[in-house]
Amino acid sequence: MKYFMQDLWRRFTGNRRALFFGYVLLFVALALLPFLLSNTVGRTWVRILDFALIYAMLALGLNIVVGFAGLLDLGYIAFYAVGAYTWALLASPQFDLHLPFWAILPIGAGMAALFGVLLGAPTLRLRGDYLAIVTLGFGEIIRIFLNNLDHPVNVTNGPIGINKIDPISIGGADLTKTHELLGIVFSGVHIYYYVLLILLFLTIVICVRLEKSRIGRAWLAIREDELAAQAMGINTRNVKLLAFALGAMFGGVAGGLFASLQGFVSPESFGLLESIMVLCMVVLGGMGHVYGVLLGALLLTVLPEILRSTASPIQRTLFGEVYIDPEALRMLLFGLALILVMLVRPTGLWPAPKRRTVIDQDIVED
Amino acid sequence: MSLLELVKINKNFGGVQALDDVSLTINKGEIYGLIGPNGAGKTTLFNVITGVYLPNNGGISFDQQSIVGRKPYQVALAGIARTFQNIRLFQNMTVMENVMVGMHANTSTGSFGAIFSTKSARHEEKMIREQSAKWLSYVGILTEANNLARNLSYGDQRRLEIARALATKPKLLALDEPAAGMNATETEELKLLIQRIRNDGISILLIEHDVKLIMNLCDRVAVLDFGQKIAEDVPQRVRTDPKVIQAYIGGELP
Ligand SMILES: Nc1ncnc2c1ncn2[C@@H]1O[C@H](COP(=O)(O)OP(=O)(O)OP(=O)(O)O)[C@@H](O)[C@H]1O
Ligand SMILES: [Mg+2]
Repeated sequence: MKYFMQDLWRRFTGNRRALFFGYVLLFVALALLPFLLSNTVGRTWVRILDFALIYAMLALGLNIVVGFAGLLDLGYIAFYAVGAYTWALLASPQFDLHLPFWAILPIGAGMAALFGVLLGAPTLRLRGDYLAIVTLGFGEIIRIFLNNLDHPVNVTNGPIGINKIDPISIGGADLTKTHELLGIVFSGVHIYYYVLLILLFLTIVICVRLEKSRIGRAWLAIREDELAAQAMGINTRNVKLLAFALGAMFGGVAGGLFASLQGFVSPESFGLLESIMVLCMVVLGGMGHVYGVLLGALLLTVLPEILRSTASPIQRTLFGEVYIDPEALRMLLFGLALILVMLVRPTGLWPAPKRRTVIDQDIVED
Repeated sequence: MSLLELVKINKNFGGVQALDDVSLTINKGEIYGLIGPNGAGKTTLFNVITGVYLPNNGGISFDQQSIVGRKPYQVALAGIARTFQNIRLFQNMTVMENVMVGMHANTSTGSFGAIFSTKSARHEEKMIREQSAKWLSYVGILTEANNLARNLSYGDQRRLEIARALATKPKLLALDEPAAGMNATETEELKLLIQRIRNDGISILLIEHDVKLIMNLCDRVAVLDFGQKIAEDVPQRVRTDPKVIQAYIGGELP
């Protein structure tokens, strides 16, 4: 504690003071955001925010595979599905299992990572278009399995999906209910928001640390030139499998949280379009750049919702009636936005900045 | 003492016999030159040695161990580093990062160490940075450390490839036409660099078309022609060998 206070003091007085203040402000703003939203535009927006955070986690996972290691994966949503169904099967009336969330979270992550390795292993020799096609197929296989696993033994309930999935509960407190703490009323979506925010924060830290580590450099090297990477002594097979496993793991965690927040899963949430949507978040935000991908995910989940809630009222006030269905308008604008970004900023809205390595002065004079 | 020994290596691509019963031995501490007209099979020999291609038959032993059938990364770990004829840098990584990737072979931080930023991981990362900077200054491009590899001049890219290869701590450094596209001053600097590397205890296998460089540098030279080794000797004797002159008629060897 004493060390912590000293550290805090040093940060306060050092030249990183501005940065530190920035972090404090950001922290406070993020903590207050759900209250602000539910008191102005309504509680549904906190829920939308929750989904945005889940998608951000999903996109960051895919970014490990596509952005770092350069492996174009079009079936990534399968790991989201694995995570979601793991949660659904272990915490719902389906098998009358009700494991606590701190047990399911690692199980779901582990299952997804396992599937990441299983589906990644056969594709190790493939690159680019070929890899994309095979992973697309694998993604569909998982979805079709989930769709048909209701006979001969009923596991997944088939196309009907699994209902009444347990929400996260901490210390016996059900997170979908409203709780009061220190006189402040927290609704379920609020608490989910904080849980998700913490997990997303951990995801970001892990991604950033991996990226600038020996493993991250090996991924980038494989992305840049696989043969040269091998010539550097990198076991490309293992390093690629690691990318598949870690990427899938985040997908699995996100999937589990999605299942518990929604309370319901069915195979149709895990189609090809979903995979492409997540890939768009990565590409649009800035492939290989953690914060860019984060931006991409938040934009692509929040903007369509804003559009959905404003398109009709605006049309009505302007023209007196609704000409374009908000759903159609959404896809139209989405397509336009993609084309525009690819034309104007082909590396994404916020591409990875060139990283600088600080070099000790005595070596320079050597 | 022999470091690398090739015994009757054969490699054919469809109908093309790219390597035809090639045997050769490279000794410790030696600079061994490999010359031959275009398409003679020099690069193919490199690829066979480094595990990129599997020879149709023949044996390769490095440091008294057979390395036939090993994967390229295993050959690299065994101690053979290489550069490529058509430069293959990690273009969108910085110069420094390129060399840091070269340190992969001799470091061990895994995903656990990276995620939890353990003490040993931080320690190793610091060591990687320091060593990489040393290699950059060794080849003389430390000032470019934070530039992207693709923004380097041609000569500097060649030097970066050498620095990156050296970072793997090889016993044998195989250079595929390192002087290609360099001007006279750069070639002279390259010559000094190669001599310095040898003096630091690393053996060198050098493919080059620049005859003057080969003659000045190499202890021994082998000549490939249509996949066959037609000569092997000290440079002075190779340049007067009638078979070599025959192979190079119309070529640049006097
Ligand atoms: N992957 C391959 N597939 C088919 N043929 C190949 C392959 N690699 C090389 N060859 C053929 O093998 C022969 C030797 O080529 P190699 O590249 O080894 O020559 P080289 O001596 O390096 O020539 P240069 O001086 O032009 O670099 C050539 O005829 C070439 O066309
Ligand atoms: Mg060649």
